[in-house]
Amino acid sequence: MNYREIAHNGVWKQNTSLVQLLGLCPLLAVSTTFVNGVSLAIATIFVMALASGVVASVRSFIPREIRIPVFILIIAALVTMVDLAMNAWLHELYLVLGIFIPLIVVNCIVLARVEAFAAKNTPLVAAWDGAMMGVGMVAAIAVLGGLRELIGTGLLFSGIEMVIPGTRALQVLPADYPGFLVAILPPGAFLVLGFLIAGRNWLDARAAQRARLAVPAQAPA
Amino acid sequence: MTEQNAARVSLRTAAILTLFTVLFTTLMAATYQATKPAIEASAEAEKLKLVGEVLPAPLYDNALLADYVDVAPRAELGLAAQDDTVRVLRARRAGAPAALVFEAVAPDGYGGKIRLIIAVGADNRLIGVRVVSHKETPGLGDYIDPKKDRNKSAPWIRQFDATGFGEVPIAGWKVKKDGGRFDARAGATISARAVTNAVGRALQFAADHRDKLYALPAQSVMEKEGQ
Repeated sequence: MNYREIAHNGVWKQNTSLVQLLGLCPLLAVSTTFVNGVSLAIATIFVMALASGVVASVRSFIPREIRIPVFILIIAALVTMVDLAMNAWLHELYLVLGIFIPLIVVNCIVLARVEAFAAKNTPLVAAWDGAMMGVGMVAAIAVLGGLRELIGTGLLFSGIEMVIPGTRALQVLPADYPGFLVAILPPGAFLVLGFLIAGRNWLDARAAQRARLAVPAQAPA
Repeated sequence: MTEQNAARVSLRTAAILTLFTVLFTTLMAATYQATKPAIEASAEAEKLKLVGEVLPAPLYDNALLADYVDVAPRAELGLAAQDDTVRVLRARRAGAPAALVFEAVAPDGYGGKIRLIIAVGADNRLIGVRVVSHKETPGLGDYIDPKKDRNKSAPWIRQFDATGFGEVPIAGWKVKKDGGRFDARAGATISARAVTNAVGRALQFAADHRDKLYALPAQSVMEKEGQ
């Protein structure tokens, strides 16, 4: 499997949020705004790449029978270390992402990718796969968080001033937009995610149909 | 023969698991030790920043975080007997009392407890109040937190600033809907009511115990009366 294929796999074909439906708890809980969601997903990219890389480099020392406890140990230790290091040396960023980092431990995507991919591949490939799975989550959570925020409050990018000082939220809908609270509450997360999955499947189905139609047309030539 | 083999495999597996545990625990412990000073420094800076939100730095010149009294939990601060003690920081300027900074809880928010940080001047005036944490409904009751308040030029919580306790009688520490003096937004009164009542109670507490709070030795504990 080459790097391109892995990237396509992570971002679209096996998208963790829209296809594998893994790690829904952080996905739904944190996607109340675009900025929150993307912040969590970026931290996830980092942890997944790191965890996959480390597991792949020690994979030959881990007996099959105890691989799961060892993976969990490695992931939890790495997340703890990243959490401490960010708190100490990247404090500004930690104030924004800090609450999300311990959440990553419980995200089953990390363990799933480590078990399914990193344990069978070389470190570099595994780290790339982890990062691309994270990128897929960024894409999904950006759309999910953006839509929920827009429908719920009429704003976009609220909270961005904490990440990039001096910027401010965009008022997309008119200022007297009354807001639609359900979109921000948990039921709205499920509803919007449902529409996103449907939309992704529709795009796939359309692409498949086009491919089918294209084949006979090319055949005579 | 196979039994011996199984025993050997189990021992080997256990040894590997132990090795991994020891290795990663050591790594975590080392990271913890290496990051501890930096984390403590930023936690302190953060505390001072939070205090700075309600009490401007030019108003005091003492080492604020070291000059405190721990107060036993009491109803005026919205706390039940089993809660933790409250740390009251004492700001002084040239040795004279300047302000008290402490946390109070509004236990009756729509989504549970609302934690506030309050600065009360030596003249019993409220210098500032901010919401530290809350679980009010996003987009509805969360305007009590100025970061979430849509009215950025005059956030709701600022109406308390520089209100003297003597000027507003205790009955006035209510939202207008309840016959008090303070505004609340239509449709989301519960959060505002909880905060307003808590601020009134906290001011009453500061006014009642003002002299004792400033006089107690630093880092001592103030028990409840009659104990």
